[in-house]
Amino acid sequence: MAGPVESYSLVDQLPALQVVVPLVAAPVTILMPKGRVPWAWASLVAAATFAISLALLHQVAAYGPISYELGGWAPPWGIEYRVDLANALVLTLVSGVAAFVFPYSYRSVISEIDENQLPLFYAALLICMTGLLGVAITGDAFNVFVFLEISSLSTYALVAMGGRHDRRALHSAYNYLVMGTIGATFFVIGVGLLYAATGTLNMADMHDKLAGMETRVVEAGFAFIVVGIGLKLAMFPLHLWLPNAYAHAPSAVSAFIAATSTKVAVYVIVRFLFTVFYTDSSFEQAALSYVILPLGVVGMFAASLVAVFQSDVKRMLAYSSVAQIGYMLLGIGLGSVDGVSAALVHLVNHALMKAALFMAVGAVMLRLGSRHCDAFAGLAKRMPWTAAAFIISGLSLIGVPATVGFISKWQLLKASFGGDAAWAGFLIVASSLLAVIYIGRIIELMVLREPPTEGPHAKPVAEAPLEMLLPMWALVAANVYFGLNTELTASLAMRAAEALFGVGGGQ
Amino acid sequence: MLEFVLERYNYWIVIILMMTGLYIVFSRGNLVKKLVGLNLFQTSVFIFYITLGKVAGGTAPILIGGHGGGHGEDQGEDQGGAHGEGVQNGGSYGSDAAHANDLASPVDGAQDAEPAAHGDGAGATYEAAADHGNDAGHAAADAAHGAAEVLYSNPLPHVLILTAIVVGVATTAVGLSLAVRIREAYGTVEEDELDAMDYEAEFGVPEPEGARS
Repeated sequence: MAGPVESYSLVDQLPALQVVVPLVAAPVTILMPKGRVPWAWASLVAAATFAISLALLHQVAAYGPISYELGGWAPPWGIEYRVDLANALVLTLVSGVAAFVFPYSYRSVISEIDENQLPLFYAALLICMTGLLGVAITGDAFNVFVFLEISSLSTYALVAMGGRHDRRALHSAYNYLVMGTIGATFFVIGVGLLYAATGTLNMADMHDKLAGMETRVVEAGFAFIVVGIGLKLAMFPLHLWLPNAYAHAPSAVSAFIAATSTKVAVYVIVRFLFTVFYTDSSFEQAALSYVILPLGVVGMFAASLVAVFQSDVKRMLAYSSVAQIGYMLLGIGLGSVDGVSAALVHLVNHALMKAALFMAVGAVMLRLGSRHCDAFAGLAKRMPWTAAAFIISGLSLIGVPATVGFISKWQLLKASFGGDAAWAGFLIVASSLLAVIYIGRIIELMVLREPPTEGPHAKPVAEAPLEMLLPMWALVAANVYFGLNTELTASLAMRAAEALFGVGGGQ
Repeated sequence: MLEFVLERYNYWIVIILMMTGLYIVFSRGNLVKKLVGLNLFQTSVFIFYITLGKVAGGTAPILIGGHGGGHGEDQGEDQGGAHGEGVQNGGSYGSDAAHANDLASPVDGAQDAEPAAHGDGAGATYEAAADHGNDAGHAAADAAHGAAEVLYSNPLPHVLILTAIVVGVATTAVGLSLAVRIREAYGTVEEDELDAMDYEAEFGVPEPEGARS
């Protein structure tokens, strides 16, 4: 554990800068004139944040976990930022997705929200990113709550900004707010109970103090935390806020939050299950095998099945997100290093494919003004690049070899068969077939149908602008690249999972 | 039994408020009323945290006198009690002190003992408090014997809850402004009417009667 911060070189301050840079950049954005300035600024900040994340990831992978003491107050009393491989991976994911979605967003955003709100929109987007990064980087349980609410509050506002074209965005944002607040409050109750039992808020310290403690207080705290975060990550029966919020939010917002916010919540639950609590405690064993694993499996099927019947492509993708969260919960529920590693691989990979898919839908929204599946008819002829991007990332979602989706499903299968849960392995394959149906349906529309000659979508349309295509294709390329070069994600995730299971805080 | 219930009245208040709040959120159709319920729910958590921070007989966590030097150095490590860091300044014997304090008013005793203790160390505190000649003085002296002069409540939950209150206010503000926008866009803030209108927007036909119970 590092001593008090004595040197003030920039590199030592990277963990703080990771959060502070977007936090400070956000209010500056509000002062900017409307037009391209806030967009350029936010994209620049996202790129800088991404660079910081990459530097941190490199540092952690090469030299081990970093402990940063905020304000020089030593843990466990001060707030500690603790970067190990697991959260370095999540940090890189969040800032990486931001670095691609923000540049993409401009054309899509001006067509979907009020132009006067542009500076506010980008400020909220930066705050949202700050919150997500903060949740991932902090080693303090209460700090998690604060950052979780920072990101959630800005997400409510961002979703509601879709209300200019469709008032349902407002209603969805309201429902999201109520559910999200209940989830966050449950989490705080859980943290309070743990504080009562251990007298500390530092996660690593909490882990030490919880050794051998299986009292009612700890069990109740555990239950509150699992349910609270379960709401935030849209664990199957608690997912009802998600489909409408993702469907009605502005396209760029959908792409960003679908790829990041539930993923960060998954990270939080992993962190608490495996780093703070003891995996071999009886209540956690029960929760893993009787709550998280079954709910993950049910979610995989139920949400995929609902997705098959959606006519709104964005809502279809949102339901598919709930199903994909089910895969991650399945990996977590196995309770083994392999399972968690597979869940982390899928966490990163799913973010890559969902971001690309939502960006493709955003391009269709821009040109055709609709996200109904009728608008996708004959798209391969009208917007070939967008359609190709959708098809490749869609295949990745199904899990076709040579894409990232295959890698994560392969890892999950390996973990299931290796962990005496072969039945779960068969169910993974079976539910992938449902993905074939709902993605295949759209692909069929795009490739085999002729563009409509009458109706609202009959107008001639151009390909999406280059500034949208480039970031979209960068993510599609990532889908293929990490599908072929599996060493990087798979080995990093394995090491990250080992760190999570290791001594408290992943030393 | 009755004693068991009454002794924990603060937790009952928390539970009743929490359940009332959640029930309002789930049962009311009016968006503003839902927010009121949500607020009540959050408030119960504030009370829960503040309850945690209270040390029996402890005074407000404001430094008394000039004894700032040793504070907070020996906290944490050696505590296993239910209050955890709640007895920060008391160190490991804090819980004993808390029990003794139930008998009398030790805070006063400690404060009385204070001037004599100033600069003379714990032994002097003991004598001074004993000279004071009452039970409270003894209790306080026992508590003081060692290093701590005054028993404080735990300030940390208060700090946490200040943050949570800010979050709660922000949530309410965002929620209410969404309710205003919903009212502007839909002309109502009743959930079932909103659902019916959303249904119609989704499927192009009015919601069938009794589609939702």
